[in-house]
Amino acid sequence: MRVISANKIRDVVSDLCIRANWVLRRDVLRALKAAYIKETNKRAKEILGAIVKNAQIANKEKLAICQDTGLPCVFIEMGQEVKVAGDLKQTINKGVELGYKRGSLRNSIISDPLSRGKSKYTPAVIHIDIIKGDKLKITVLPKGFGCENKTQLKMFKPTAKIEEIKKFIIETVKSAGPDACPPYVVGVGIGGTADYACLLAKKALLRKILFHVPRPTSHVFRLEQDLLREINRLNIGPMGLGGETTALVVNIKTYPTHIAGLPVCVNISCHALRSATSVL
Amino acid sequence: MKIIKAPLEEKEIEGLKIGDEVLISGVLYTARDQAHKRMLEALRQGRKLPVDLRGKIIYYCGPTKTPRGKTIGSCGPTTSSRMDEFTPTLLKAGLKGMIGKGARSKEVIAAIKKYKAVYFLTYAGCGAMLSKYVKKTMPIAYRDLGPEAIYKLEVKDFPLIVGIDSRGNSIYAVRDTPYAKRKRGV
Repeated sequence: MRVISANKIRDVVSDLCIRANWVLRRDVLRALKAAYIKETNKRAKEILGAIVKNAQIANKEKLAICQDTGLPCVFIEMGQEVKVAGDLKQTINKGVELGYKRGSLRNSIISDPLSRGKSKYTPAVIHIDIIKGDKLKITVLPKGFGCENKTQLKMFKPTAKIEEIKKFIIETVKSAGPDACPPYVVGVGIGGTADYACLLAKKALLRKILFHVPRPTSHVFRLEQDLLREINRLNIGPMGLGGETTALVVNIKTYPTHIAGLPVCVNISCHALRSATSVL
Repeated sequence: MKIIKAPLEEKEIEGLKIGDEVLISGVLYTARDQAHKRMLEALRQGRKLPVDLRGKIIYYCGPTKTPRGKTIGSCGPTTSSRMDEFTPTLLKAGLKGMIGKGARSKEVIAAIKKYKAVYFLTYAGCGAMLSKYVKKTMPIAYRDLGPEAIYKLEVKDFPLIVGIDSRGNSIYAVRDTPYAKRKRGV
């Protein structure tokens, strides 16, 4: 048994909230810079330049990259040998509140989705997976709601053709248009149950964007690359004002599913894809 | 690059066309979902608005808390289409400009044309960069809404792109609302 103190977890969560919001993920920044170099549409290039400049200013001045500091999604991978000296969920929320206050982030959470009310910093949406070992891995993904609002789920028939699924994914991006702040990172979840497909699509956003894309070695990988190509042909571009860069990457996560079903969820992230991880 | 001042004069508004890149200096008022809902309620009940909207510019923005030593936190635009249903009424009440991101509905475009107003875009997702152009921030209404309160911002050389001009031209393809679709029998 390895005991980890609640205060340690709280402080790590706090730091991750701040880091995720001030310092754009390295792989995302690199992908944006590469897109800027490649882009031929003058206005699109200028906007991509502003996006990169914004990340640099945020990092230097310790400011939130975007004013929508998101709904904090916290992913925990807890080793079976780990014992938390305290209430894990309460500790995570204390860490979120601490980080959001210290980092001058935004209180964007309301307690009752129907009666709304005063904005607070918590609670976070917490996902906990128990795994082998004695480590505790914490990931914070502050999900902006401009893009979260464009999430779509479709329960396909098990005999659906791949072309129908591709059409749905591309239409979801088309529907989002400029509203979710392109260029996008498109997360797709295929399989499981309806809710699991949605979780897969969200988790797909955590995957690092590869700088050098290897040749496709699987049907899923090939699908990711086909979709990226077709999405970029939509010419939505940064701020929806046209250009070659509508998406930086498409990440698909799959899971076994029922013989009668084929759930597909698309969860789009804006260009300010923020997440930070720590392993205790 | 045109330099314009807020509040906007009618002649200034008429001179703007879609795609124009401008730098604005003067006063903006932030307002988003809940503030719009409250203002419409007030107008419906015949009450005075907390801000006289005549000639003013609204910026669809809910900033982060202001860090020590800064004039504002991160303050980029939020999605304008969520305010579409409230906008024609505010334009009728004298609002002259809006700043946000994304496309607007047919009804908003028609109201912008009718009341000779203008809709601007600004850099989406670039709240840190945009904070540099805000010189002063003051909450002036609906303070209980926290980030969704109405803040008075004094800005200098704040970068904008004209999204919809006073002649009703839109830089985006027109967004069909469910209401508009029903009217057309779609």
